[in-house]
Amino acid sequence: MKAPPLSYVRAATLSEAFQLWRDAGPDARLLAGGQSLLATLAFRLSDPGTLVDIVRLHELRGISQVGGTTIRVGALATHAELGRHDLIRRHLPLIAEAVPLIAHAAVRNRGTIGGSLAFADPAAELPACCVALDAMIVARNAADERRIPAAQFFTGLYATALRPYELIAAVEFPIAKPGERTAVLELARRSGDYAMAGVAAKTRLAGATLIEPQLVFFGVGDRPVVAERAMATISGQQALPATIAAAQAALAADLDPPADRHGSGRTKRHFARVLLARALARLAGLDEARAA
Amino acid sequence: MSAEIAITLTVNGERVARRVEARRHLVDFLRLDLGLMGSHTGCEHGFCGACTVRVNGAIVRGCLVLAASLDGAQVETIEGVSDSGEIRDLQDAFIARNAAQCGYCTPGMLLTAADLLKHNPAPTRAQIREHLSGNYCRCTGYHAIVDAVAAVAAKRNGRATP
Repeated sequence: MKAPPLSYVRAATLSEAFQLWRDAGPDARLLAGGQSLLATLAFRLSDPGTLVDIVRLHELRGISQVGGTTIRVGALATHAELGRHDLIRRHLPLIAEAVPLIAHAAVRNRGTIGGSLAFADPAAELPACCVALDAMIVARNAADERRIPAAQFFTGLYATALRPYELIAAVEFPIAKPGERTAVLELARRSGDYAMAGVAAKTRLAGATLIEPQLVFFGVGDRPVVAERAMATISGQQALPATIAAAQAALAADLDPPADRHGSGRTKRHFARVLLARALARLAGLDEARAA
Repeated sequence: MSAEIAITLTVNGERVARRVEARRHLVDFLRLDLGLMGSHTGCEHGFCGACTVRVNGAIVRGCLVLAASLDGAQVETIEGVSDSGEIRDLQDAFIARNAAQCGYCTPGMLLTAADLLKHNPAPTRAQIREHLSGNYCRCTGYHAIVDAVAAVAAKRNGRATP
């Protein structure tokens, strides 16, 4: 289908963007990469009236290191930029690993991290990665800036903590610490499709012991789901078969996936258990040991 | 606010100035406003890849880009890269391997394959499949397409055709 009739305005500066947005009213939508928004328009799932194009705002661009501990990623960084940027590859390997899982090359060339987080698709990779990495979402309105922990940013199905006339300016990630290991895995029907289920995982290793492990699932709820009980089960343990089995059992209380076109809730629980075992093998380096 | 947006951009090396409806996506702009029929509209929601074109040197889904947003952009389509001879070897290999059956997906496949070989001159078959995985061929002639891309990669690298 074709998109519904629209008005389109393009902002040259951030302050102009807020003015245009305010003029257009609360139903207007910001257009960044447009890779989800234009698809929803084609389905006529939304009818925003006006699109405010922010994709040229240099204030929302750039990937840089802030001090010794933080990587700041401008909201308009495309998936392709994330995938090839040296700071990301060096300091945020989880993000670099997630990029090839996001759609396809032509979409990654346009789609942005800010757009992905603001759209808040529960099956998307980057929201779960941001939660797993304890990222901060930098939100801006015409007057102010505030930081929202990623774990509190996603409030429901396609819903976020952003307020009216507030946008994502950047995402701030703590740089991976020495000894930190990460993995992101998903199951999808076709390479590049939205995941039927996925997991973003992080831990530190002391010898073979998992310290402060993080397991954040996607595609199994209305937002990224932190598997608290499974995490508690493996914390301070080694990724031995009995521990992995106990964590898989604990997932039953962490996840309550709704049925969707990919399968029943039961099927999705099974996917999640399989992914958990694979992720723990990766975190503990067991797959490398086997390959060696 | 206005429903029609004035844009000036470069399409296949030629400067183009038009007024476009705000909702007009790039493929409709190319086909309906400029008469460039080589880029195809398939699903029109970013799934099938038939509308793949280049904007500022990077492949994009033409149906997921608004023409109104492209003021100042450089757009290249299958017509442009055919005329320049840039992908002549890929086109020859598609013909030799019968990798274009009905031809509907072919322009998108060719531009996506050219993008792969630009970034990864010696891809494995798995990497070729991965990079083309966002482009549907409804004749399901994938094997011949992968063969054609592999053959061009080998030839460009001075290796025997697989």
